Amino acid sequence: MRLAIVATLAAAAVAAGCATAPGEQAPASVEERAAKPPAAVETKPIARVDLTSKPAAASPLKDPNNILSRRSIFYDFDKFDIKDEFRPLVEAHGKYLRENPGAKMLIQGNADERGSREYNIGLGQRRSDSVKRALTLLGAKDNQIESVSLGEEKPVCTEHAEECWAKNRRSDMLYGGEY
Amino acid sequence: MQVLLTRLRALLGIVLLLTPPLAGAQLSIEITGAGAPRMPIAIASFPGEEALGPGVTSIVRADLERSGLFRGLEVPPLSPAPTEASSVNYAEWRSRLADALVLGSVAARPDGRYEVRFRLYDVVKQASLGGIAYTLSKEQVRATAHRIADFVYEKLTGEKGVFSTRIAYVVKRGNRFELQIADADGAGEEAALVSFEPIISPAWSPDGRKLAYVSFENKKPVVYVHSLLDGKRNVVANFRGSNSAPAWSPDGSKLAVTLSREGGSQIFLLNADGSNLRRLTSSAAIDTEPRFSGDGQWIYFTSDRGGTPQIYRMPVAGGEPQRVTFEGSYNVTPRLSPDGKTLAYITLNEGKFQVALLDLSNRQVQIITDSDRDESPSFAPNGRMILLATVIDGRGVLSAVSSDGRVKQRLSVTAGDVREPAWGPFIE
Repeated sequence: MRLAIVATLAAAAVAAGCATAPGEQAPASVEERAAKPPAAVETKPIARVDLTSKPAAASPLKDPNNILSRRSIFYDFDKFDIKDEFRPLVEAHGKYLRENPGAKMLIQGNADERGSREYNIGLGQRRSDSVKRALTLLGAKDNQIESVSLGEEKPVCTEHAEECWAKNRRSDMLYGGEY
Repeated sequence: MQVLLTRLRALLGIVLLLTPPLAGAQLSIEITGAGAPRMPIAIASFPGEEALGPGVTSIVRADLERSGLFRGLEVPPLSPAPTEASSVNYAEWRSRLADALVLGSVAARPDGRYEVRFRLYDVVKQASLGGIAYTLSKEQVRATAHRIADFVYEKLTGEKGVFSTRIAYVVKRGNRFELQIADADGAGEEAALVSFEPIISPAWSPDGRKLAYVSFENKKPVVYVHSLLDGKRNVVANFRGSNSAPAWSPDGSKLAVTLSREGGSQIFLLNADGSNLRRLTSSAAIDTEPRFSGDGQWIYFTSDRGGTPQIYRMPVAGGEPQRVTFEGSYNVTPRLSPDGKTLAYITLNEGKFQVALLDLSNRQVQIITDSDRDESPSFAPNGRMILLATVIDGRGVLSAVSSDGRVKQRLSVTAGDVREPAWGPFIE
């Protein structure tokens, strides 16, 4: 059955390849070379589907080629709005949560080390709340997502400089089973 | 010659490296600045004190000197050694420039315990200011010495001493977080909680038996109340979202906490067992770091409702918040002095996070530290000193500063980052 479909698709592809767009007809050839045998008809190779080479039903959340494998959103100093460069990421996760109503997510907001630890919990919360709001606007359900803050307590980078602080001003999206 | 010196230095370096860290890696205290006139006090060795191990009189002297108000005089061995029962030769002590004098003795009791007696004298007025006798076991030497220092301090300054109180703080060692309890002088450190996840915001219950704190062991901040005697831990706030910033009401019956359960960070009240939750603040801003006033009527807190984080206060019964700090763009972590007259907080001053004091009666602000990454100021229960966390050479240390800014001390711990200090209450 699968073979038949593949063959049909292949035939269609061959047909499409041969078709020429209207108005772009190739000029008729005037020269005939009897000495040359007609070129053999090339068959398109069968597209092979191999389920043995990678784990079956790999989660798109773990596929490094899938945007869903990216989980972090970074912020400017003292900001919590989602920058344009992270919109496609948030949209992809919003779509995934909408389409997988059983999926649960924990969003951990983080802040850089400057200032009060407790106030920084507030800043991180603002960040995770803003991601949650965006995801629910995209169709995720409120009860699928918990937004929390780790403040400045779990830095990924520990140098005392802006380069590091930028990495620590971050929201991380974790799915059920990952935390 | 040069080679020899280098070798010697290298050898010394190795010897130092091989020296094992001190047992318990306790805090050591270094006085980095002292106030002006300090009262000279002579504390003669108590005959018989060598039987108790660590010298009682040396702990008393160190306590008093650490306050910044006293200078311990060198007292050479005297013969016969004077005790609290001797008649005092005031003229002789005056000639040693002592304003005050402590004499005492230690005796072994038939039951294996010890008796320490002492008496305090005003050398200038030539009068006894009283004395006490304590019976104790060998393990109680430090506690007894701190009580003697408290007695001396109170008689000579008119204020209660804090040498018998305890402090809590968090040490980060590698990937471990330790919630430590120590004597006010940093000795006798004991871990109440050890975790692979951060611990912040320890707050003593008014009776000194419990600590409320925030632990991240469940991948999010959750507020616990931890009983220090039996190690029992109660979750008091683990709502959806973040739970943090616990503060005790003065009677110990309630806690104020910051919760994000209704979106944002807002201040709630609940009973100390976690029941009877009600929301206190209602804003679209970050409202956090609540603290009760001593009369239990007000909550001081940090809020950025005006655009920058500032300190506000509002009645516990509910009502309109009033702004308290006005100078500067970043004023956080309000801490009221025990007498309620002064507010300590952290201010961003020319790029430096420093401890500021606001006199609530005349609105004057004074910055009392010269470090640049100060956090978590905590008043001693007599209001004289403020313990705080700061960073020196990239490492977290505790520092203490007198509330007039004149006396400064540094408390450092071997091989660890120290933060989140909280000075415990008086223990009766």
